[in-house]
Amino acid sequence: MSTTEWRREDRLPHIYCSGCGNGTVINCTLAAVDEMGWKREETVFLSGIGCSSRAPGYINTDSLHTTHGRALAFATGVKLARPDLHVVVFTGDGDLAAIGGNHFIHACRRNLDVTVVCMNNQIYGMTGGQGSPTTPPGAISTTTPYGSSEPAFDLTELAIAAGANYVARWTSYHVKELTKAIVEGLQTPGLAFIEVRTQCPTNYGRSNKMREVSDMIEYLRSHAMLVPKYNRLIAEGKPIPEGTFTVGELIRRNRPAMGVRP
Amino acid sequence: MRHEIRFSGYGGQGIILSSVILGRAAALYDNKYAVQTQVYGPEARGGASMGQVVIDDEPILFPEVTDPDIYVIMSRQGFEKYGIRAREDAFMLIDADLVRSRPACRYCEIPATSEAKNTLGREIVANIVMIGALVATTGVVSRDAIERAVLDSVPKGTEGLNQRAMKRGFELGERACNQ
Amino acid sequence: MSRTEFMQGNVACAEGALAAGCRFFGGYPITPSTEIAETMARRLPKAGGVFISMEDELGSIAAVIGAAWTGARAMTATSGPGFSLMMENIGYAAMTETPCVIVNVQRGGPSTGQPTRAAQGDMLQCRFGSHGDYSTIALAPNSVQEMFDLTVKAFNLADRFRVPTFLMADEIIGHMRERITIPDRVEITRPAPLLEGKLPFEAGDDRVPGFAPFGSGRAIHVTGLTHDERGYPDTTDPEAHERLVRRLVAKVESARREIADYEVVNPDAGMVFVTYGAPSRTVQQVIHDHPDEEIGHLRLRAVWPFPEFALDEFPDATVFLMPEMNMGQISREVERHVGQPVVPIPKLGGDLHTPAELLRAMEAYR
Repeated sequence: MSTTEWRREDRLPHIYCSGCGNGTVINCTLAAVDEMGWKREETVFLSGIGCSSRAPGYINTDSLHTTHGRALAFATGVKLARPDLHVVVFTGDGDLAAIGGNHFIHACRRNLDVTVVCMNNQIYGMTGGQGSPTTPPGAISTTTPYGSSEPAFDLTELAIAAGANYVARWTSYHVKELTKAIVEGLQTPGLAFIEVRTQCPTNYGRSNKMREVSDMIEYLRSHAMLVPKYNRLIAEGKPIPEGTFTVGELIRRNRPAMGVRP
Repeated sequence: MRHEIRFSGYGGQGIILSSVILGRAAALYDNKYAVQTQVYGPEARGGASMGQVVIDDEPILFPEVTDPDIYVIMSRQGFEKYGIRAREDAFMLIDADLVRSRPACRYCEIPATSEAKNTLGREIVANIVMIGALVATTGVVSRDAIERAVLDSVPKGTEGLNQRAMKRGFELGERACNQ
Repeated sequence: MSRTEFMQGNVACAEGALAAGCRFFGGYPITPSTEIAETMARRLPKAGGVFISMEDELGSIAAVIGAAWTGARAMTATSGPGFSLMMENIGYAAMTETPCVIVNVQRGGPSTGQPTRAAQGDMLQCRFGSHGDYSTIALAPNSVQEMFDLTVKAFNLADRFRVPTFLMADEIIGHMRERITIPDRVEITRPAPLLEGKLPFEAGDDRVPGFAPFGSGRAIHVTGLTHDERGYPDTTDPEAHERLVRRLVAKVESARREIADYEVVNPDAGMVFVTYGAPSRTVQQVIHDHPDEEIGHLRLRAVWPFPEFALDEFPDATVFLMPEMNMGQISREVERHVGQPVVPIPKLGGDLHTPAELLRAMEAYR
C-alpha cells in the first residue's frame, strides 16, 4: 500500500485535532483508490463544509471544496460532464444529513456513479460541537446541553431507501474492513455510500464521558455488530444491546446508474 | 401601418397557436415585422386565454398591445374579459355559436366552431377557420403567407384538414363581410 | 447558411447557448424561465451535451459549477425565487473564478410575487446578492434577437474573465416571439489556458488566471475559502484575503471599457433616457414618434460593470430619466456618477411603461 503519491505533502501540517478519526478515513480511502490503480489525473475528490470536507485539500488531485451540503450537487455536474473521471465525495453527518439532505437522497435516487465516504462523528466538529441530525438521543452537545431530544438519522437506511447501489458501514477502528468496503464501493457502478462512524474526542467525547481517544475507539468497537450477527439475534428474538449499530455491507444491487464511465 | 390583433377564447381552442401562426405569417412570409405575446396563466384547459400580435411594415419598437384594432373572439368569457372594451373603430370577428354578446364596434359573425364540427368533421380546427376569416376580412397578412404559416405550425398528417379549414374560413369571411 | 425564425425569447436564449457550445445545463422548472430548460432538455442530448433537472436551484448552480470545472460550457436559467436560492453558490463561483452563465428571466417580486409578469427587480441582486465583495458581469437583452446574441456574448465574457455572467432578461422579452436570424456559427472565446510554471490562481496583468479544467493533470485544489495562488486555504492572513478580493473585483471593474456595450441616440440632447432591457423599447418608440424633438437615449446592453463613462456621451444633458421596471435600482448607480438630476420612472406590476406614460414623465423637463 502506497498512498504517499496521493498526498499533498506541502499542505501539512493538517488542521485535525489529535485523536481525530478523519485521518484514518482519508488513509483508508487513499489506500482503496490506490488499490484500484486509478490515475491521479483521472480522479477528482469533492467535499462540502466541515472537518470531513477539508480532506480533499490534503490530496494531490483535482479537487473541489464546495459549499455546505452541496458537494453531491457539484459532483453531479463533474460526473455527468466528464463520466470518464473517477469521483469520490467526502462528507460529514451535518454536511450530508442536515443541510445537504436533499442533494443526498437525490444523488442516491439517480444512482450517480460516485463513491461517498461520510465521516459520521455525530457532531458539528468544525464549529465547536453542536448537535447534528446523527447526534444520539440524550447526547450532550453545546446546542443540546440537557441531552439531545431528537431521534437520529440512520444514514445507511436513508441511502438504501433512496436507491444507492452499494451501502456499507464501518468505523475508524475497522481499518481493513473499511478499506475493503471503499474498494467495493469504488468498483460498484452507481452511488456507493460508506458511512464511517468515527471519533471526535475534542467535541463529542469530552462532553459525553469519553475523555480519552481510546474510550471512543472502544465505544465504536464494542457497539459495532456485524450484520449477520444482528440479523441472527433479531431472528431469534433476542434483545439488541442499547447503542448497537450494524457494520458490514448493507446492500449491494445493480439498479441503473447515471454517469458511469464509458 | 401598425395593427394590433387580439385573440381570445377558452384554453384548448388553440388561441395562442392562432396568434403565433399570424405572427409567423407576417414576420417570415410577408416580409413584415411582428411581435407575438400572450397572457400566461393556468388556462391550459378552460378559462379565458389570450394571445396577441403586433404587425407593422417597419420594425416594432414598443412591443405590447395596448389598444387592439382587430379582435378574434371565440368564447363568452373571452369576450367579457378581453373584448368588451374594444374601441369604436375596431373590428371584431366573433364565433357566433359561442358568443352571444355583440360589441359596440364593427363586427362579423363567423360560425367557426359549428363549421369545423359539422362541415369539416373536427372541432379542433375552429381556430384555423377563424384565422382564414380574419385574413379574408382584414388582409392583415396575405393569403399565401397565412397558408404557409399554418402548414408549418400544425401536426404532420393534419395539413389537408387545416388547409380545408383555412379555405372555409376565407369563404366565411368573404360572405360575412358582404352582409 | 443562417436561418430566420419566428421564435420565443426563451427559446432564442437556449439556441444562443447551444450555438456558443454550451454542453451542460442544470436547472429547475420556474416560471417564466422554464422554456429555456425545456428547449435545452430537448436539444442538448442530440448535441452531445447533458441536461439535468436538479432537485432545486441550489443544486442547479452547483452542478453547473461542477461541470464548468471539467471545461464544459455550462449554464442554468431561473427566475425570482430560484435566483435567490442560487446566491450562495454564485458567490462560490465568483470566489473560485468559475466561468458560468446564469440566465434570470425576471418576474415580479419580492418572494413568489408575480410568476407570470415581468420585472427588473433583480438588477442589484445579480451584482451584490451573495455575501462579501466581488464583481460580476450582467447583460440585458431587449429583443428576441438579443436573447440569442447576448447569451453567446455571456459565455464569451464568462470565459474571458472567469466570472459568473448573468443574462438579465425579463418575462416580456423571454416570452415574446419575434423574427430572429440565427447565424451559421458564432464567435467563441475560450478561457486562456493555465501555462506551465504558473500557479492555478496566479494572474497576469489582466488579473485573470489561466484555466486548467479537471483532468488536465494539474491537480488543482478549488475552494471557496480565501486561498493563495496555489489554491490552498489561507483564511487568517489579512493580506492574503485583501489581495484575493481586490483582484476578484478589479479584474472585472478595470475591464469596464472592454466589457461595455451600449447604444447612444441623440448625444446632443438635454433630456436623456437611460435604459436597459424591455423599457428601452418604449423609449425607442417615443423617439420614433417625436422626430422633431431631441430626446437622448443611452441603452445599456451590459449593465454591470456599470459603464459610467457612457454618461459622458451626453455632454449637454440636463436631466437623466430612468424608466425601470423596479423602484429605481440602476438610477442610484447613475446618480453616483452625474451632477444633473436623475429621475427614476418606476413601473411595477408587470406591464411595460407605455409611450404615453413616458411622455407624461417628460412634461416637466421639456
